[in-house]
Amino acid sequence: MSPQTVKIKTLKIDGIDLSARGGETILKVAQENGIWIPTLCNLDGLSPVGACRLCIVEIAGSPKVHPACVTEIYEGMEVITQSERLNRYRRMIIELLYSERAHICAVCVSNGHCELQSLAKVLGVTSIRFPHLIENHRVDASHDRFLKDDNRCVLCGRCVRVCHEIEGAHTWDFMGRGITSMMITDLNQPWGESESCTRCGKCVHVCPTGALIEKGVSVAEMAKRRQFLPYLKMMREGENK
Amino acid sequence: MTRQIKIDPITRIEGHAKISIHLDEQGFVDNAYFHVTQFRGFEKFAEGRPFYEMPSLMARTCGICPVAHLIAGAKACDDLFAVQIPRTARNLRRVMNLAQIMQSHALSFFYLSSPDLLLGMDADPETRNIFGVLKEFPQLGKEGIRLRQIGQQIIESLGSKRIHPSWVVPGGVNAPLTEEHRDEILSHLPEAKQIAVKTLEFFKSRIDQFQPEIKTFGNFPSLFMGLIDSEGNLEHYNGLLRIVDSAGNIIVDNYDTLKYFDLIDEAAEPWTYMKFPYYKDMGYPQGMYRVGPLARLNIIDDCGTEVADKELKEFREISKGPVLSSFYYHWARLIEIIFSAERMEQLLLDSDILSKHVRAHAEPNSFDGIGVTEAPRGTLIHHYRIDENGLIKWVNLIIATGHNNLTMNRAITQVAKNFVHSDNLQEGMLNRVEAIIRAFDPCLSCSTHAVGQMAMRVQLFSPDGELLDELKRG
Repeated sequence: MSPQTVKIKTLKIDGIDLSARGGETILKVAQENGIWIPTLCNLDGLSPVGACRLCIVEIAGSPKVHPACVTEIYEGMEVITQSERLNRYRRMIIELLYSERAHICAVCVSNGHCELQSLAKVLGVTSIRFPHLIENHRVDASHDRFLKDDNRCVLCGRCVRVCHEIEGAHTWDFMGRGITSMMITDLNQPWGESESCTRCGKCVHVCPTGALIEKGVSVAEMAKRRQFLPYLKMMREGENK
Repeated sequence: MTRQIKIDPITRIEGHAKISIHLDEQGFVDNAYFHVTQFRGFEKFAEGRPFYEMPSLMARTCGICPVAHLIAGAKACDDLFAVQIPRTARNLRRVMNLAQIMQSHALSFFYLSSPDLLLGMDADPETRNIFGVLKEFPQLGKEGIRLRQIGQQIIESLGSKRIHPSWVVPGGVNAPLTEEHRDEILSHLPEAKQIAVKTLEFFKSRIDQFQPEIKTFGNFPSLFMGLIDSEGNLEHYNGLLRIVDSAGNIIVDNYDTLKYFDLIDEAAEPWTYMKFPYYKDMGYPQGMYRVGPLARLNIIDDCGTEVADKELKEFREISKGPVLSSFYYHWARLIEIIFSAERMEQLLLDSDILSKHVRAHAEPNSFDGIGVTEAPRGTLIHHYRIDENGLIKWVNLIIATGHNNLTMNRAITQVAKNFVHSDNLQEGMLNRVEAIIRAFDPCLSCSTHAVGQMAMRVQLFSPDGELLDELKRG
């Protein structure tokens, strides 16, 4: 974007007067100004999809709540990021995610390094009101380096995006719809037999929970490294110019 | 007319259980049964999980002695790797296991059993608890709490968490010991040893008043099983199995723990969720054996540390052969606390203990892994089988309390026959039936009953189910 065409918009987030470039999302502007909005499916370096709805915000004049990661700012916009209603919805989303799969933090390799867990902590989720589905999903341990545990998956789709957008392999995709959705490799083949997988491990490191992990780690040891992503993206964009 | 007395729930034990006492037509005790009323299913729900989760997953069996399960689980995983883990890792695991034994024994002796031992079996149940002990024997009560705290603090110093640390991992431990933590642990050990020695002296000075209990609290011949080291000393982490008979003859010696299934089989009964392991060669139920502190002191040649060995010598004067009365579990437990403090000191003064090499990395090289260790309550066996991708296919756990199931049932029958008379039900009689269970210190799950509650219900039933009499407390 050349400097001549940039249009600056002014807006308010949580009562603070801000100005930002037109075309930016509420989330981006908030983050640039140090205003925290919870996110889960969003990851710097991957395209936003608005899947998890944790970044919902209120906009003056609209009765609905809007996902901050995919809503662009406009002139005069007034955004509220924290309210009782928003926190109630956000907590409910976390509870529903917990109730859908077997997120047993205590024995998970990602315990202490998990985004779902830390969101629950920050948002004050201390118990789950909904009955757990308790479905036992088969663990795919066919890959020699990595492991997929659907019991810990939140269907954020980060693995799909990183594999498609950054690595260019598109090994990962969704199968099924709604509550029956599952992450699959290739045409629902065991990961270890996937022909498209380059074994780069990016999917493992962008995964927010213990769903995709490295083999050989023990409980609470799976700390993920995501610093590579914005740099990788920047370098690739640089090459294309 | 035969009748039945139920004690439900049993209090001041770890877990949920009840006792039923069956009376014959004359109102005398015919038989008594120890029913474990909870079902957990750990062996089943582990199926399909990655093997490296097992130490932490199995540690959730219990909040009192999670370390024992962590270590047995990690050892089973070492066996799946088919590697030798670094010496320092072995010794660090040893220290944590001993700290666990110290805190668990302190819990059993001071919190759960000292009310019976100090205030009396017939004391008012309202005050027969740790608070009653603190009132009557404030110094001893406080020291008991302090002893348990030291054990827990050592676990925290090593694993950064008192309960369910994830520090013990397949292949070793996930962080070396720092000099600061080593010195801190070492600074607490003399105090722990001193408390244990003092308590043991006090206990010995009062033992004479328990002669009726000593005679009848599971006082019968049985086998004794436990681990020993290569020199026949007390060993809680890594050793060989020894079985001694009631006359003191060694009938199994230096037996490889990886072949435990050739020694032991398990029977099941429809009236309890706890299985009945037995020594195969003698069959069921004749192959009855005891494990835990009493059994360990009965099978070893020596403890291997100075003060504990001195105490062991005195302990052995109780009888010519093995000490048969289960009442002496308490005595043995106190000796083991002394041993734990002494042995931890030895291990922490080892020149390699601060080594940074504390973990072996490997992939599973074997589909079958076994880990055997001595938990506070006795020999603990974890046995896992995995598929070619490292997912658990099959699990067998033999918990220390399970080994003692046959003898506990025999013991409550003995106590009931001696103390319970149906024509005049007294609370103290029933408390003795519970107290023998407490002597074994069974760990039936991950919870203790709240002190002071003492909710116990005893009901007398006629054979056709009619309620004849009821005794309530709490």
